Amino acid sequence: MSDDSDKGPSRRGFLGAMAAGGALAAGGARAASDPLITEVQPWNQLLGEGVDETPYGLPIRFESDVVRRDVPWLTADPISSVNFTPIHALEGTITPQGCAFERHHAGAIELAKPDYRLMINGLVDRQMVFTYADLERFPRETHVYFMECAANSGMEWAGAQLNGCQFTQGMIHNMEYVGVPVRLLLEEAGVKPEGKWVLAEGADAAGMTRSIPLEKMLDDCLVAFKANGEALRKEHGYPARLVVPGWEGNMWVKWLRRLEVGDEPWEQREETSKYTDVMADGSARKWTWVMDAKSVITSPSPQAPITHGKGPLVITGLAWSGRGTIRRVDVTTDGGITWHEARLSGPSFSKALHRFHFDVDWDGSEMILQSRAIDDTGYVQPTKDQLRAFRGENSIYHNNGIQTWLVMPDGRVENVEIS
Amino acid sequence: PAAAQMGLGREATPEEVAAWDIDVRPDGLGLPEGSGDVATGEGLYVEKCAVCHGDFGEAVGRWPVLAGGEGTLDRKDPVKTVGSYWPYLSTVWDYVHRAMPFTEGRSLTGDETYAITAYLLYLNDLVDEDFELSRETFLEVEMPNADGFFVDDRDAVEVAEFSKPPCMSACKAETTVTRHATVIDVTPDDDGAETSETEAPVETAAVPAPAAA
Repeated sequence: MSDDSDKGPSRRGFLGAMAAGGALAAGGARAASDPLITEVQPWNQLLGEGVDETPYGLPIRFESDVVRRDVPWLTADPISSVNFTPIHALEGTITPQGCAFERHHAGAIELAKPDYRLMINGLVDRQMVFTYADLERFPRETHVYFMECAANSGMEWAGAQLNGCQFTQGMIHNMEYVGVPVRLLLEEAGVKPEGKWVLAEGADAAGMTRSIPLEKMLDDCLVAFKANGEALRKEHGYPARLVVPGWEGNMWVKWLRRLEVGDEPWEQREETSKYTDVMADGSARKWTWVMDAKSVITSPSPQAPITHGKGPLVITGLAWSGRGTIRRVDVTTDGGITWHEARLSGPSFSKALHRFHFDVDWDGSEMILQSRAIDDTGYVQPTKDQLRAFRGENSIYHNNGIQTWLVMPDGRVENVEIS
Repeated sequence: PAAAQMGLGREATPEEVAAWDIDVRPDGLGLPEGSGDVATGEGLYVEKCAVCHGDFGEAVGRWPVLAGGEGTLDRKDPVKTVGSYWPYLSTVWDYVHRAMPFTEGRSLTGDETYAITAYLLYLNDLVDEDFELSRETFLEVEMPNADGFFVDDRDAVEVAEFSKPPCMSACKAETTVTRHATVIDVTPDDDGAETSETEAPVETAAVPAPAAA
């Protein structure tokens, strides 16, 4: 990494020299002085921006790579489509809302709070209408949950295809939600004894609908109106969305306008044509609601190559399970011959993203990196080949197979599969 | 047990419930009175649907294929259409009425939806050209893949296999790379060189500041 060291006292050259100097330090070599230290820099001398400059800020321009990306060939148009969270560049567990992925079926609509209505109808004692202001008067709860698209990693069923964890695992975000338990809303309407299912419906032109068992709705579902401290973003369902912890993202109906109680499921388009998982024999699973335990190393990864040469290297990644908390994450650097327990780092909430770290001293040789999540039910994240043995390659959804990164001696990283 | 109520919200009027509760179930619950035949449906389909879905339901570009694909579900890249895959006719009626045409949801009347649904059945060789669909004839239609679905069985089939204590050392003799994403090379990029939005290495010079206005 010292090939720039002859270019004079630029920052780039200095760092190269420092890397070389670091290796020689024990021999007593003295590093060249760093002009970023020895010369007065403009930010140390001139004034910065005033507090009236930015009422609501965006990230500094140097972070312009930390943005949503889309893959145009995936869908017919960008309205019923998906984009991807830049998980390769994020740390911790909370996803910044501004770069948290989007999936719409008829675009992101603008629905003002005064125009918002939530209806509860069907097998209830009283068909009800609530305004947004009504929602804010119910007792609230606060929870952190991941929301993963059922199709996350779906393009990888038949083999390594997209090069970057943003694209292969980035249909996910993790937010701290505040909202009203659906249970309280249903109690207000009074569910009749024969009520077993709830149809959730959105206000957009897709009229997004999913059938959800009443039991799940009463257990932990929320009608959320705040995420990561503020109102939901337009593209995430402003002013209110359904939160269905641990279950596939399609069920988290945005711009939620109606909950209907019934005695049978509705078998809507999004639970028959879509979000059903074709098996090798041509039959298909339906109602595959829960998202199983999964993980990915976010750095190094194809979009986050190693640029610092040999020595200390932080391996960082995310793990999550729709069945509960993550108990352990294992990491291998040799493609699964030997595994090491990583450190879980930060909060560990049920059905939420967990951060793991594994610190190594890289000798500059090729590595084959994988992570393996284990949740608190004892479920161990399977390999892609293990999943294919049960399901074939056509199920599109629910690919929680172990991801492999090939780290080359020059620090580049590639999405690969191994035997 | 009756829960304590907050006294929030108000009762919905029957007109309000009727306006929003438009869903249709496999048993026909929710279907309005009305009817439409194949010929009427063909005219509506050509006018409102064919630009995306093709004259025969074969689809234009990456828009959804609506017809054909019989017998492909167990093959590589199955063609999943109304005829080859969808289990319930109610879903066709409900979804077309709720969300189609793509740029103008909620614009079709009940009769128009019956007619377009009848034509989709005809395109899939499931009814004759003189067929008329109505609330009465609805349950007579048999969808070919009605029995093609089963409820999530991961807990019974997979979870035990995936809950064994994992190997930690000497798990296999060697590792061989079998497939490379860079060979396929379909990841979007900006400069044609590397995967898009690679994090800028900290050694490289910072992005120049925008020119002053």
